[in-house]
Amino acid sequence: MAAASLGIAVGIAVVGFDYAEGLSYLSTDPRACANCHIMQSQFDSWQKASHHTAATCAGCHLPESFPYNYIAKARNGWNHSSAFTLQNFPEPILITPPNAAILQANCERCHDALIHDLSAAAGAPRCVSCHGSVGHGEQVGLGGPWREEEKEIAHGH
Amino acid sequence: MGTERRWPYIALTVFCTLGAAVATVIVLNVAERKSEGRHPFVRVVEVTEDTTDPAVWGKNWPRQYDSYLLTAQSTRTRFGGHGGSEALPAEKIERDPWLKRMFLGYAFSIDYRDRRGHAYMLQDQEGTERLTKPQSGSCIHCHASVMPLYRQLGNGDAMAGFEKTYKMTYQDTSKLLHDSGHAHPVSCVDCHDPGSMALRVTRPGFLHGIQALAAGDGAAPHLDSIERWRAGPRDRPYDPNVDASRTEMRSFVCGQCHVEYYCSTKLKLTFPWANGLRVEDVEKTWNATMFEGNERFYDYKHQETGAPILKAQHPEFELWSQGIHARSGVACADCHMPYMRDGATKVSDHWVRSPLLNVNRACQTCHHFSEEELLARAATIQDGTHKMLQDAGAALMDQIDAVVAAKAAGATPEQLAPALELQRQAQWRLDFIAAENSMGFHAPQEAARVLGESANLARQGQIAAIKLGAGPVAAMQPGTAPAPVAP
Repeated sequence: MAAASLGIAVGIAVVGFDYAEGLSYLSTDPRACANCHIMQSQFDSWQKASHHTAATCAGCHLPESFPYNYIAKARNGWNHSSAFTLQNFPEPILITPPNAAILQANCERCHDALIHDLSAAAGAPRCVSCHGSVGHGEQVGLGGPWREEEKEIAHGH
Repeated sequence: MGTERRWPYIALTVFCTLGAAVATVIVLNVAERKSEGRHPFVRVVEVTEDTTDPAVWGKNWPRQYDSYLLTAQSTRTRFGGHGGSEALPAEKIERDPWLKRMFLGYAFSIDYRDRRGHAYMLQDQEGTERLTKPQSGSCIHCHASVMPLYRQLGNGDAMAGFEKTYKMTYQDTSKLLHDSGHAHPVSCVDCHDPGSMALRVTRPGFLHGIQALAAGDGAAPHLDSIERWRAGPRDRPYDPNVDASRTEMRSFVCGQCHVEYYCSTKLKLTFPWANGLRVEDVEKTWNATMFEGNERFYDYKHQETGAPILKAQHPEFELWSQGIHARSGVACADCHMPYMRDGATKVSDHWVRSPLLNVNRACQTCHHFSEEELLARAATIQDGTHKMLQDAGAALMDQIDAVVAAKAAGATPEQLAPALELQRQAQWRLDFIAAENSMGFHAPQEAARVLGESANLARQGQIAAIKLGAGPVAAMQPGTAPAPVAP
């Protein structure tokens, strides 16, 4: 009995993992980042932005070295999948402080020779404070679904 | 087998059962999102050029239709909208008394109320007391889903049908509309191609107006497609449905109605853009427009002074065109119908309303500041505009007082002409901002410039009238100094 139920649970989990294209998240293919549709506008706009030729999603948004890249993947993977499943996140979506630090480190990784003296100063602004359009062009935010008070209006109060 | 040895297996079974259940729920959730991403809509009924009932479209596009229905909800901002849900909104002319005096001689002094949502546009038009005066069939252009009626009147040619309506009465046109079964407010088919759902413009007034804008040399730096067409061979007229970008179309569909126009019985419905979109460009176009019999264009003669007045309608598209958002490529729909997420789909919010009621989706997608901060910024602009508007309104009232006094003292029409011309110019600028529905927000600097000019022109007109003297002026000739007034 226990073996059978273990088998069923593992079976469904494996099928579900495959159906949700779980393996794709181990790759660095930018299309994987838009699997769940939330990042579709970020993916679309990246294709039109200047850094399209120089960097992928992972190039800017994940640490370069092992194991930090997989730690960041796991942390974001958990946050993103639970948020999208439960639909309980604030919109428009904004980068979180740990991810902003990763992003900044990646700007410096490629451009360090040029900007070292600027970026090393304490309290220096982040690169994207001024160069916000290099990754995704103009702003690409997306508003969220009806809020509670709007639902009340919509359903006839 | 003893109980001690069985319980770990029972616990494992329960645990695995729960695990399987959770995994199944997640798989179903993923399936639902995948399906939403793959099929943004399902076409269950056919819609055609003659499907004016939005409820039919709503069967295919329920997300958009649900939010469109919400335009029937009452919404209110400080300077727009209305408070009640059933009664007609409050009288705008009761709140700002100078509006009523400014419009004396025009039907707006009978009844002029704050706007309500799209869902009410036809009902409110049929209910206004302005209909006690004869009105033109042109008015239906923007209050009903009118294209099938135009085709019917033009035997298939919508433009020909449209050109017949200005001479018809509103009542006759309205009856034809109701008989045709197309008595719906603005509807899906007015902005969307029923085959592809792509945005398109249908309104004859807009199509003529934007063609005239392109063919002229008025500045349109925010409309790239017009600049491109102007630089090209010009071997065919500019056609927004062919030439315009998607971003431009997201403003053009609104510009079909939220504009300045002439809408009465002497000329066909006209969007006056041949010389450009700024207040003085439109004034230039109206000044060059003649009625039959070579009579100079005006909307009404002011009841107290006799000045030939230009009435501004609601030049939202024109004022937006002068603002920083237009120059930055931000379309009407970006703020008034912002994109929103619904599950895994991206939907345009069809609950068209003030961005001040929708700051999160309308503003914060670009401006990363708190809602309070953004509302405060908008309030600064609107409060400043409102203050200048009151000052310019007071200046106009003073000018009318001065003209009335000069008339009472016997000033001749020739003597009064310069003051009346200044009233026309001042009132046109004042009304351009007062009738525009953003209290200056669509182009703050431009609104301030226009109101500053308005107050200046009204004061010049006041001085011109005062110079005529409030005493006996019969002996005065135009251009001479006022005669000394007897003690």
